[in-house]
Amino acid sequence: MGKKFDKTAKSNAITYGMVVVAWLVMMALQQAGMLSSSTVGLLVPVCIYSIMAVSLNLTVGILGDLSLGQAGFMCVGAFASALFTNLVQDSISFTPVRFTLAILVGALVAGVFGLLIGIPVLRLSGDYLAIVTLAFGEIIKNFLNILYVGKDSHGLHFSIKDTMSLGMEPDGVVIIKGAQGITGTSRDATFTIGIILLLISLFIVLRLIQSRDGRAIRSIRDNRIAAESIGINITKYKLLALTVSAAIAGMAGALYAHNYNSLAATSAKFGYNMSIMILVYVVLGGIGNIRGSVIAATLLYVLPEKLRFLQSYRMLIYAIVLIVVMLFSWSPKARDFRERYSLKRLIHKNTAKEAE
Amino acid sequence: MSFLSYLINGVSLGSIYAIIALGYTMVYGIAKMLNFAHGDVIMIGAFVMLSALNTMSLPLIPAVLVAVVACTVLGVVIERVAYRPLRNAASPLAVLITAIGVSYLLQNVALLIFGANTVSFPNKITLPALSLAGGNLVISSVTIVTIVACVVIMIALLLFINKTKAGQAMLAVSEDKGAAQLMGINVDGTIALTFAIGSALAAIAGFLLFTAYPSLDPYKGAMPGIKAFVAAVFGGIGSVPGAMIGGVLLGIIEILAKAYISSQLSDAIVFGVLIVVLIVKPTGLLGKKIQEKV
Repeated sequence: MGKKFDKTAKSNAITYGMVVVAWLVMMALQQAGMLSSSTVGLLVPVCIYSIMAVSLNLTVGILGDLSLGQAGFMCVGAFASALFTNLVQDSISFTPVRFTLAILVGALVAGVFGLLIGIPVLRLSGDYLAIVTLAFGEIIKNFLNILYVGKDSHGLHFSIKDTMSLGMEPDGVVIIKGAQGITGTSRDATFTIGIILLLISLFIVLRLIQSRDGRAIRSIRDNRIAAESIGINITKYKLLALTVSAAIAGMAGALYAHNYNSLAATSAKFGYNMSIMILVYVVLGGIGNIRGSVIAATLLYVLPEKLRFLQSYRMLIYAIVLIVVMLFSWSPKARDFRERYSLKRLIHKNTAKEAE
Repeated sequence: MSFLSYLINGVSLGSIYAIIALGYTMVYGIAKMLNFAHGDVIMIGAFVMLSALNTMSLPLIPAVLVAVVACTVLGVVIERVAYRPLRNAASPLAVLITAIGVSYLLQNVALLIFGANTVSFPNKITLPALSLAGGNLVISSVTIVTIVACVVIMIALLLFINKTKAGQAMLAVSEDKGAAQLMGINVDGTIALTFAIGSALAAIAGFLLFTAYPSLDPYKGAMPGIKAFVAAVFGGIGSVPGAMIGGVLLGIIEILAKAYISSQLSDAIVFGVLIVVLIVKPTGLLGKKIQEKV
């Protein structure tokens, strides 16, 4: 028991340590002026997509349900937090408090959506669940594209037609402008805040996985019927995992919304393509391996950006790398090959010989 | 009358979705994988056909055949290189991600060869439009060709699966790969054949889709692909008649939603209907309920 505990604690320490070291190195490089402005621009997005990968790994890797709608939760979190920031801009002028509240709002609203979506999809599994989550993500994106929200002295006005039909007083301000989204949100996100949020997400997810609840969730993944037969409440634990996962994605969304001047629910940023992109991070990092998600998200987000000098060949090379890595790491033949010629085994062979 | 014409347009769009969905559903039934690259095969087929029409100046039917052959070869090669090595991988997600990689690859190859500009796909169907009810209801020739093609493909496919040896082999492999192999069925060959048929159908769907909606660029295949996937799930994935019904219903819902509710919300409505159907009937309209055993 004691040994097992030590192993988990050590693994957790490596995960947190890795993030902290990355932060220290990047901050040092930035202070020394050794980072180009394009690299600095990558720091916060790397945190955002690492958090997304961690959150999706909870659903895909730990709960064992394929979700293709994670970007939808991110979208909800982004819009909720940006709306909040724009509404309280004048009343709360102290940025740390306002941004913390905005992040909490983003996480809370996304979590509620996770719960609402979780209830109907409980009956589904496998590819049916995948397509329903994809559908939810697309619905959220479509709906936000036609949503108009404005504020005047009478309070908030909503419309799904255009700015005029909001029916506001002359002093009113339109905050969400349909397909144009929200512009001019205060850019409060920094690399340090991103790292703090990543650490918080890691802490929540790792604590959850390693708790009694986490073992229950994993038992559902491994054998739902057996888990049910020993009295594990499937509904409760599935909803728990889905809600926490959505809330963390909402947090990433809040970070996203406060990192750019404008926020619009475009297909490229919040469509199913983005959900799939995050799934790629999770699978390449290792399904169920939280640390792997962070590493894969970082590498795979930075890689295409650093390949920009290749211009139009960039995504072609990315696609080929993706296919080759998948073939090499997952095909049974490649696995045999690697086991036969693995470094570990060669070293063990030598030590075994020495022992003789 | 406008309702009737919307309905016919819906059936026509739905027929295209159905043809794409057939490819999805057959591949899913036999290889148990979601072939995310299927939509991009449609786009490649359309580009090949466009080149055949413009640069080789072939007439319509030979150009369609060139596209069908190209897509068939492409489908078989993709299966052989990217999917077969992962068939027995530890996680079913591995092949899903590889399919996503193939999808990116096809899009970017098309981007390099054909460029990023949207090109206009010509309408080469020279049949006259059908005018009914004293000219109140005009059905374009594309619509008629699409619906007829869909019905012909459906019947041919059902006959092929139920009456030929190769079709029976497909059913056997989709039911139990191991047992099929023991009965002397060439499993690899059967799966390759399924991909070949699915990709050939994708080429035909590409021709019909871009004749009806003529703007073509390297990213135009993905969304119809996803919609067809939704149609396949809607009808019960793995079921051939299900893909047909799912596709047609999806097309009708989409066109009617565009006409009567909101063109921006039509996708959301399509997806919403899908969710409702799946909540009521979790395996789709014609899907079989598989009892889980411990």
